[in-house]
Amino acid sequence: MAGWFQNLKNSLSKTSSKIVQGLTSLILKRKLDQEILDELEEILIMSDLGVEVSKTLIANLKALKFDQEITLEEIKLFLAEEIAKILQNVEQSFEIKEESKPFIIMMVGVNGAGKTTTVAKLCKLFKNQNKTVKCIAGDTFRAAGSAQLDMWGTRIGVEVVTGDSGTDPASLVYRGVQSAMSAKDDVLVVDTAGRLQNNAGLMDELGKIYRVIQKQDETAPHEVLLVLDATVGQNAHSQVELFSKIVKVSGLVIAKMDSSAKAGVIVGLAQKFKLPIYFMGLGEGAEDLEEFKAKEFSYGLLGLDIDGDTKR
Amino acid sequence: MVKNMFGSLTAKLSSIFSKLRGRGTLSEADVDAALREIRISLLESDVALSVVKTFIAEVKEKAIGAQILSSLSPGHIVVKVVYDHLVEVLGSDSGELKLQGLPAAILMVGLQGSGKTTTTAKLAKRLKEKENKRVLLVSLDIYRPAAQLQLEILGKNIGVDSLSIVEGQKPLDIANRAITQARVGGYDVVIFDTAGRLQLDAELMKELRELQTLISPGETLFVADSLTGQDAVNIAKGFMESVSLTGVVLTRVDGDAKGGAALSMRQVTGCPIKFIGLGEKVDALEPFHPKRIADRILDMGDIVSLVEKTMETVDMASAEAMAKKLQQGGLDLSDFALQLEQMLKMGGLATLMNHMPGMEQIKGQIPAHLMDDKILKRNLAMIRSMTKEERKSPELLNASRKRRIAKGSGTQVQDVNRLLKMYQDMSDATKKFGKLAKLGQLGKLNFLKNGLKGFNPGRMK
Repeated sequence: MAGWFQNLKNSLSKTSSKIVQGLTSLILKRKLDQEILDELEEILIMSDLGVEVSKTLIANLKALKFDQEITLEEIKLFLAEEIAKILQNVEQSFEIKEESKPFIIMMVGVNGAGKTTTVAKLCKLFKNQNKTVKCIAGDTFRAAGSAQLDMWGTRIGVEVVTGDSGTDPASLVYRGVQSAMSAKDDVLVVDTAGRLQNNAGLMDELGKIYRVIQKQDETAPHEVLLVLDATVGQNAHSQVELFSKIVKVSGLVIAKMDSSAKAGVIVGLAQKFKLPIYFMGLGEGAEDLEEFKAKEFSYGLLGLDIDGDTKR
Repeated sequence: MVKNMFGSLTAKLSSIFSKLRGRGTLSEADVDAALREIRISLLESDVALSVVKTFIAEVKEKAIGAQILSSLSPGHIVVKVVYDHLVEVLGSDSGELKLQGLPAAILMVGLQGSGKTTTTAKLAKRLKEKENKRVLLVSLDIYRPAAQLQLEILGKNIGVDSLSIVEGQKPLDIANRAITQARVGGYDVVIFDTAGRLQLDAELMKELRELQTLISPGETLFVADSLTGQDAVNIAKGFMESVSLTGVVLTRVDGDAKGGAALSMRQVTGCPIKFIGLGEKVDALEPFHPKRIADRILDMGDIVSLVEKTMETVDMASAEAMAKKLQQGGLDLSDFALQLEQMLKMGGLATLMNHMPGMEQIKGQIPAHLMDDKILKRNLAMIRSMTKEERKSPELLNASRKRRIAKGSGTQVQDVNRLLKMYQDMSDATKKFGKLAKLGQLGKLNFLKNGLKGFNPGRMK
């Protein structure tokens, strides 16, 4: 437990130091006036929370604390708790349901978000839970897309279903699902090629892959995970909205949380789409995947130490 | 394509400026109000806060200084100032690569998943086909599984050689081997693709520095994702601090992101944005044109260039005289001809329509043949074939006069009749002018009223 939090905190600390500096320079203990509120709002905006969400959070702060003598710690705690409240609604453990065999997980997202690496990490995770795992290298478009996952498969000891470059991904997925069904695998993870959500042709192709899976097991895919890049800005809203129109997105994974980006956009996403956020990617290793924890994320965002909070 | 990227910011700015339109003078408060809205729009479009602040401060200074320079409405002057500054900040036209040394080297750097490898292949194809260069591709990405293979396959697809893969070789060694190979093999250009890395990763950034020293490339291109949010500034800064960058390539511009990262990256790096990536195909790479992008960001129906054209072409004195006539309801065919001439000068009706914000709906209602400049020219020819008296009093036009006019202008009598009908409609329209000005779409044309008063394209059917 301590290990993963330390991991997360280390990566968040790089990102939050700016915020903390910002806040520290703001006040020691003084009256909460408009000037401070404006600066706080900017700090939130700089974390990709978006203008609207930031304004709302600051309005709440203002309504409760305006003109009061307040310390830095209190402001940080207030904002962290407010953000945590929003994110707790989407904090959810990822569950492989035993009754679905294979439990089929479909991965979607824009190019370069981190889908394939996340597929490898998920496979590793399930394998560590002593499940039989298979995955399909559904990215037949990108040069060496399937080779990439194939090499991961060798590294982590998971069977990868591949097809030649340019193979129709839907037919490859059909074959992969058949293979996992006859082998009675516990879990099947389906990787897909990256695509921009406004590219109608490629989105149609994604819909076809989804239907191919559904045809073989009407309860499948059991999870459709949209992978978001932590560095993404407000375009994440469009990604969630448009991918959800084509496939039934059931949850989010935030990749590259070890970057300097704050991924604050997920606060707005949580309010608007209410999709569970299951995991965060924290590096390029197969083990660099953590469950998403709302409180840790929120406290980390504001540079608060959650251990310190409990000790107090 | 590019339009998608910046479309939403555009819509917002459009509504902001409609508030400013039609006001007499521009106070500092007006400028502030507009700029507050622009600030929010830019932030929502993912322009980094620090960049937004600088931008707004600079625009404000210019806007307040520029307000009494012309007779155009203040709102349009702000648009122009914002636009001009946007172009300035976005930099100059590009697409040029500095190919120095033999072989010339290009180093591609960026975060994971920003699109380096695809861009590398696109650049190679461009150099090969447009500049007849012999290109060698080299992948220094030993970290991501199959990354080297990816570049090799892309190279094969576009018919460009890539350095053979030696398992287990370190990036610096691969680079050395590539340089030798390129010299021996007589290559003009070597493009080095590198592994994606976080600017926070001290070790990998050190590797990049060493690579740059070894290769001493004429171009070090920072490949950046246009979907990036506020962190764009930190990422760009981090790379700037470790290696010297010479240009930016912005990828996924075919997406629907508002693309504020373009502005952020440009301002932080101070490097030109050289190319934009517009898709997954190997030829989806275009030179960057700041004006085109700024047009899209503002997308005031290219109102800016219309403002410029209006200032150049419309003869203010004659326009004012016409406005007076209009008020008295005394518009004749000579005046009509004058309007047609001015429209032609501004690039014809179709261009005019394209330039107008909010004209999309109206456009659909106008038959295509009327958007044809030939019609404008034909109408002009017919009017020019009339005597002064006929132009003043069209009721004089009997059958024989009409035949003469048709002959003189190379048209048919039906064409003359059509022209007269159009003129009649327009005369009727001018009588309702007071009401027209209040109609939403035409209201937006206020700034052009001196030139186009009373001309209602919607009635030309």
